[in-house]
Formats: sequence, structure tokens, C-alpha cells
Amino acid sequence: RREGRRREKRGEANEKAAMSMYGKEQFRCRFISTNPKSLLTALLLLSLLQGFTSSWEDSIWFDYKGVPLKWYIPTGVLFDLLCAESERPWNLTVTFLSYISASLASFGYPSNVLIPCEGEDSAKWNFVNSLKEAAYIINGNCKNVMNMSQSDQEDLWTSVMNGDLDAYTRLLPKLKMGNIEDEFSRKESLSSPVSRQGGGTEIDVAGQVKTARIPVRLYVRSVSQNFENLEDVPEIDTWDEISYMNRPVEFLKEKGKCFTLRDAMESLLPEYSGDRAQTSGEEEADGSQETRGEIKLVRIQGIELKLEIPFSWVVNNLMNPEFYLHISVLVIGPQR
Amino acid sequence: MDSAGEVVNDGKITLEGFTVAARAFADKWKRHNLSFPPWSWIPLINRTMLKKEEGYLSLEKIIILSSLEGSAEEESLDVTADWSEKEESIDHTVLVQNEEDEAHYYDYHIVYSASYMVPMLYFRGYSSDGKPLSLDVIKRDLPSSSVSLLLESKWTFITQEEHPYLNRPWFKLHPCGTEEWIKLLSESSSSDGCQIPVELYLVSWFSVVGQVVGLKIPREMLI
Repeated sequence: RREGRRREKRGEANEKAAMSMYGKEQFRCRFISTNPKSLLTALLLLSLLQGFTSSWEDSIWFDYKGVPLKWYIPTGVLFDLLCAESERPWNLTVTFLSYISASLASFGYPSNVLIPCEGEDSAKWNFVNSLKEAAYIINGNCKNVMNMSQSDQEDLWTSVMNGDLDAYTRLLPKLKMGNIEDEFSRKESLSSPVSRQGGGTEIDVAGQVKTARIPVRLYVRSVSQNFENLEDVPEIDTWDEISYMNRPVEFLKEKGKCFTLRDAMESLLPEYSGDRAQTSGEEEADGSQETRGEIKLVRIQGIELKLEIPFSWVVNNLMNPEFYLHISVLVIGPQR
Repeated sequence: MDSAGEVVNDGKITLEGFTVAARAFADKWKRHNLSFPPWSWIPLINRTMLKKEEGYLSLEKIIILSSLEGSAEEESLDVTADWSEKEESIDHTVLVQNEEDEAHYYDYHIVYSASYMVPMLYFRGYSSDGKPLSLDVIKRDLPSSSVSLLLESKWTFITQEEHPYLNRPWFKLHPCGTEEWIKLLSESSSSDGCQIPVELYLVSWFSVVGQVVGLKIPREMLI
């Protein structure tokens, strides 16, 4: 089905990923990675392809069983969405076009679905723009990002690209992102001490946050029937089966009450609040009841989370370097 | 204080306010901008957030005929609309046409951004066979002022991103400056610095943003 020239190559293990290649008509790579899953897929693309292409004039894309991988979605999220049951190693297919074609579509390039990645710049600006958006949500403005010097921005990006946690941690205070903590977070946040930025984050005298907006990118997969085991969940065929939401969570802190992951999820997906199938005011006009859907599985970067976990812990430990939480959810759709 | 007074705050607008403003905008457009088809409100059926209606505005199949003599000296493009599928003919007296011209079709969506709490303009271009147009081609259809701004800020002005609801790559105008423009507009339009009334929010917003993509609105809409 795919036309165009393909290359077959033998890869060799490098410190970031171990791959073995065997190709027939297509080019499969088995990916075993020790990298933290918060790396953008673009970075993965870059490091994997360093040995294969000399220039970005070649068109490359990855797919998992026919579903093209979106480079601007973190690898961990892709993995969570596309493999309901974790598959290790994760078998991906790479396709190369070794020459520029005016009409990539005829060679199978899924341009109606994928945004072209023009190399490192695409990934970098995707990161910076996401960071700005996150800053806007947390602080009420993007000033902290805009005020960063060009070289600091570059360094921050480089630390993310290289997966250099030490460098990233060192640079974070320059970013001056607001801090979100409560008595449930139990972890020293990496960012600078609590600062009064105004806007979306309010901080009381004791240094605890009262209300905050948390950047969240939610990827929802809905199945119509309940299932016992994850392996019973059918694999997705197209991205149309995933519903994407870019909406901040309003983090409410009430004294003594713990705002859990469940609370956060229910604020984003009120139609899936599990055991609220009781009749209190939920009946339809004709008296019939609608069974609400159910949140079946919540994963962040491959880690499955119990809904009772304090949301502040999730925020302080599982946030991506651009200060976004990427949450993959599997839900059972509401039955009528 | 009536609830509508809180929906616009400091240049930003709430989701509820956006829904109201969108309706008002579409309404005024329909009445005053007769050379264009009307905007449609597309509700989002899956998103029943607390029974509030969510959706976006859509204006589609706007034809821009790109003439080979170069892009607009003044910022008026030859824009027409082929909004009735049954209509076969285009009014030739209005357009500058050239046999070598290729018709470029444009779709525009006004979508609410929960992150920035302002509207955002998404757009895409395609040729008559449905093939998406690249930014290089689209640039030729944009006013020259936008093109120079594009050159300066390649990655932060017009970005190519996924449409938030349609799962396809679209172009979007970065919302970063929106809050400031609206604040400026409300300051200049009233002496006591009152907020723009919600019904005029999108109209004011579009009076600035629309120009970036060459869409102007008649002054009557601003009343």
C-alpha cells in the first residue's frame, strides 16, 4: 500500500535506545528504551534517526499498527493511548521517503492527520509555546517565559532535549513558575519558592495554595462495553477514536479536604463520574435513567494511578517539563 | 451586578460569555456583512459540561482567487464566497480574474481557549480538490502586513496545530496578545474604562484579528 523507496538498515545500540532492525518491505524497529517517558516523540525521532538520514528533506514518520504517531504528543502518552495493555518492547514501524515529493499524500504520508515536523525547531517551538500556555494558566500571564533571556530559554530547551534532569533543575528557578503545594503533596517541588504571581494562583499566609489552575492535556478513549482485562480492549484504528481536551483543572483547596485525582477528573469529565448513578436529580424528562459512564483507567506516562491519590501529588510529581500534565483516560461510555 | 458583567474581565472572557458573544457576533455579521455567508454555530455534543452549551463558530468555503500580479498593495483581497452549493456561477464583475488563477478555499473557525480565556482563530486553506495548502501558499493570500509579521516571528504568530476538536492540522493565530488588544479597545471606546459589553466582545476581537487574514468587518457591526 505504501509506495516510495525505503531503506533497510541495521541499527546499533546507543545509550538512549536499543534497537534491532529487520526489514522486509517495511522497516520495523523494536524499541526498548530506558528513557523517562516524558520525552517528546520528536526527540525520540531525532535521536533514533541521527544514524539514518542526513537531512530533514527526507520525510519520516512512525506508526503503530497503522496509526501514525503524532510527534508533538509525548511518547508516554502515545504508548498509553495506543496500547491499552502495555507492550514491551514497543513495536513501531518507520517509513522513509528518500526524496522530496511534491505530493506526499500519494506516498502514504498521512498529511491529513500529521503536522509536519521540520526538525528540531518544530519541537523546540512546540515546547516553548506549550510552556507559555502553561505559564498563562498557572500565573495568569506569560511574563515569566517572555522575560527569560534567549540563552536561558535555549538552555532550558537543550536540557529537555537531552533529558538532562540536572541542568533542567538548575534552570527552573530562572523560569519563576508559580508553585502549587498543599499538605498532601509531600514532595519538595523543584521550582522556586512560593512567589506571589497573582493571576490564577492565590497563596495564603501559610504558603499553601487556595485556588490554582493546572494545565492539563486530556486524551480520552471511550469504549462502549465494560471489560475485565485490558487485553480485551480493542486497539484503536484511527485518532478519531481519541478525544482530546486542552482544559485547565480548577484546583480547589478546602481546609482539611483533599482534592483528589478523581475530583480533578470529574471536573473535566462530569459525564463520567462513576458511582453517581443514584437518582438524585439525574433523571431524564421522560423518567428514564441514564447510566453515567465510568472512568475505567487513568494513566500518566505509563503509570496507572488510583483515583484517590491527592491531585497535588500528581501535579508535583508527574508534570512534564513544559508544566503540563498529560493524562490518558479510558472510559466506558454512558449507556442509554 | 448582573452576571453578564462578570463574563468579560480584563480583556478575557468566560466560556459562558463566549457562547453569548458568539451568537451576537454571528447575528450582527448576518445583518451587516451581506457579501459573506453567515457564520454557523457548531455545538459540541460530547461536551456537556454541567449542561452548558459549548461550541465554536464556523465560516467555510471562502474563496480567495490569488492573482499572479502579487498580493494586495492595499489590504483588500478579492474575496468571494461560494456558500451555496447549488450556485453555479460567481459574480464576475466583482472579481479580478485571470485564467491562470487557482481558487483557494478557506475555512475559519472561532474557538474558545480555556487556557487563555479568549477566542482563537483557526483557519485552513485548500485547493478545489481538497488538498491542504501549505503556509507558503497561504502567505500569498494574506495581507502584506501579516506576511512581514510572519517573517519576524515564524513560530509564534501563526502556528500549525491540531484543531482542538477535529483532529486535523489547522493554522491558528497565537492568542498571546489578545487580552491586551481587547483591553486597549475597551479603554479607547469608553471614557470610564468600562468593559466591553459581552455582545460586542467578539466583534471587537474580530475587528483586529480578522484583518490578519484579510477579513474586514463593516463599521456598523461595532455599534
